[in-house]
Amino acid sequence: MTKSIPELVFQNASVVHPTGIVVADVAISKGIIVGVGTGLTGARLIDATGLHLSSGFVDLHTHLREPGKEEAETIQTGSRAAALGGYTAVIAMPNTDPSQDCVAVVRFVQEKAKEVGLCEVVPSACITVGRRGEQLVPFAALHEAGVRIFTDDGNGVQDPLIMRRALEYSRDLDIVLAQHCEVARLTQGAVMHEGECCSSLGVPGWPAIAEELMLHRDIELVRLTGAPMHFLHLSTAGSVELVRRAKADGLPVTAEVTPHHLALTDELLGGFDTVFKVNPPLRTWADIQALKDGVADGTIDAIATDHAPHAAPAKDVPIDVAPPGMLGLETALGVANTALDVSEVRLVELLSWNPARIAGIQDRHGRPIAVGEVANIAVWSSTKTWDVSRDALASKSKNTPYHGMTIRGKVKYTVFNGELVVNDERAVR
Amino acid sequence: MKHLLSAQDLTQNDIIALLDMADHMAEINTRPVPKVPALRGKTVVSVFFEDSTRTRLSFETAAKRLSADTMTFSASTSSLNKGESLRDTIETLSAMRVDAFVVRHKSSGVPLQITEWTDASVINAGDGWHQHPTQALTDAFTITRSFGTPHTLEGRTIAIVGDVLHSRVARSNIAVLTKLGAKVVLVGPSTLIPIQAQQWPVEILHSLDEVVAEVDVVYMLRMQRERMETAFVPSLGEYTARFGLTPDRVSRMLAHALVMHPGPMNRGIDMVVDPAQVSGSRILQQVTNGIPVRMAVLFTLLGSGGSTALATGADL
Repeated sequence: MTKSIPELVFQNASVVHPTGIVVADVAISKGIIVGVGTGLTGARLIDATGLHLSSGFVDLHTHLREPGKEEAETIQTGSRAAALGGYTAVIAMPNTDPSQDCVAVVRFVQEKAKEVGLCEVVPSACITVGRRGEQLVPFAALHEAGVRIFTDDGNGVQDPLIMRRALEYSRDLDIVLAQHCEVARLTQGAVMHEGECCSSLGVPGWPAIAEELMLHRDIELVRLTGAPMHFLHLSTAGSVELVRRAKADGLPVTAEVTPHHLALTDELLGGFDTVFKVNPPLRTWADIQALKDGVADGTIDAIATDHAPHAAPAKDVPIDVAPPGMLGLETALGVANTALDVSEVRLVELLSWNPARIAGIQDRHGRPIAVGEVANIAVWSSTKTWDVSRDALASKSKNTPYHGMTIRGKVKYTVFNGELVVNDERAVR
Repeated sequence: MKHLLSAQDLTQNDIIALLDMADHMAEINTRPVPKVPALRGKTVVSVFFEDSTRTRLSFETAAKRLSADTMTFSASTSSLNKGESLRDTIETLSAMRVDAFVVRHKSSGVPLQITEWTDASVINAGDGWHQHPTQALTDAFTITRSFGTPHTLEGRTIAIVGDVLHSRVARSNIAVLTKLGAKVVLVGPSTLIPIQAQQWPVEILHSLDEVVAEVDVVYMLRMQRERMETAFVPSLGEYTARFGLTPDRVSRMLAHALVMHPGPMNRGIDMVVDPAQVSGSRILQQVTNGIPVRMAVLFTLLGSGGSTALATGADL
């Protein structure tokens, strides 16, 4: 038997395992990791000295805008941004137009993403038809089509009866509901965090209680139904405490936080720059500290971007009518790494292993770096600093809040299904 | 100073200089021909995305008395209300080589946003609940000149009464009046006092009766009828009973105390008393003073002499 030489070998990489970091070579062929060890050689050699090599990142929360808002982002441009951010899988949020509430739209997203082939795009689907909060989507048919996460993200499911039924029904299937916690009645017209800053600027506030009330309600519905639930983009100190207690009670809940809620505060809205308008809003330093504590003690399971592109004309409007949302895919590693004081192992847990498990795609993402595994890999520096420039980002939109800021941590190579899709910080297509 | 966007941007010295210049402007307004060539050749555009009569006319009169050319852009209620073409509108008007935009918008922050899209000076003529700096300067001018202390309000207490939450006038006045040394007391129901206003340099009370006999100025804010619909107050009747300026409350005011209101009044709700019957009322004086104060602002931002002329009042 002749052993063919591997297509690609990363040499001397700091390989991130749950048990720690081991310097090794990693060889890849035909989409599979074929060697982890020392002295490996192959057709193409990449020196990864000083770089971390981990399973590719998984974003639980990406808005790709296609179908419906292709002027802001497409599956292609969003996939490129994802790959550049080290992501090998992203969960596409369902608030497209038409929304991802039926198999046809889900199939469209899947097929488009396959054509692009820069990362896996895993569509989520709505909980209710049209995200109107009234009628449940066909959960079983969508599950059959590959959907594992259901959410009305952008809207919270307001009606407690609908949420209760959705949770009960979801138990029959291997799926998870993800809630955008926001009591809409308490956030009408809201522009930013309700606090001193919003009072001075004279804009309606988005109070922390609007998030915490729904979170509390849904934790109790999880207790009642036993169905698992994932909480999207938690932003307040009170939310962290609620999830901490729910987990202590043994409830099957998981939670994510965005990089921007770990790094940016409401004071940035002082210049009425709509790029900083996001939902839930940027909050206070006290909230940031509580979120970091939640990340440190495991209350928070995942970092998710809530990558939300908006075309310039949509944002060049008064702040009260500007749509909320900011880019996040290409800066997530750097911002999280800069904001958090955690080990590289914990970082990978937050960016890859945990989100892969929550998304139900742990059969192919967030896998160990070991022989026989699918080669979905990110290779990145945790020490490289770089200046974010909105014009240098791959997203079709430019609404990054980090323009002009320096962050630490950058992805250098991304391997998706064995293909080197990002080479030396550049996407191959 | 290139723009006037927020009263919070003004220093105490800025405020004093503007008010002193407004004295010179007021003198011009008393002349048989109340017009000087100070801003000849300058173009001032009023860009009003929200209805306003008195502020727009006050600014246009001020600009004309300084011999500036004026244009008016009044947005109808159509697409611009959604803000869709705000940037295009400003860039288009800028292309006509204007020197200053006087901007009124129902959304907070628009004047500041506009500075990104034009090289012209931008004057905030009221944005959302945020700021209305020339109103606050006018009010400071009115109060200081009434009390004969042109450069200070030390030792004075001013009660700002009513719907502070939705009031750009209140936010601007707090900044200007406290910088002149006044003590400001906000008086209103808790629902209409902004969240964490305790962090502001003010005192907060929830009873007009508690302060009406002690303050030097009772500054009434407009109370809008629709506030009842979103549960800010149980009823307008109850609001008026607690916070309306009634003849009884006026009778308990200090002899020298002033009554002010930025207008338009909501008679029978915020103002129960007829201001014409109140000797301390400065409500019409506020309107009159708006013109010299806005002349001072326009000249400070656009005049060739800049700060020198501002200090001496020369060349007017």
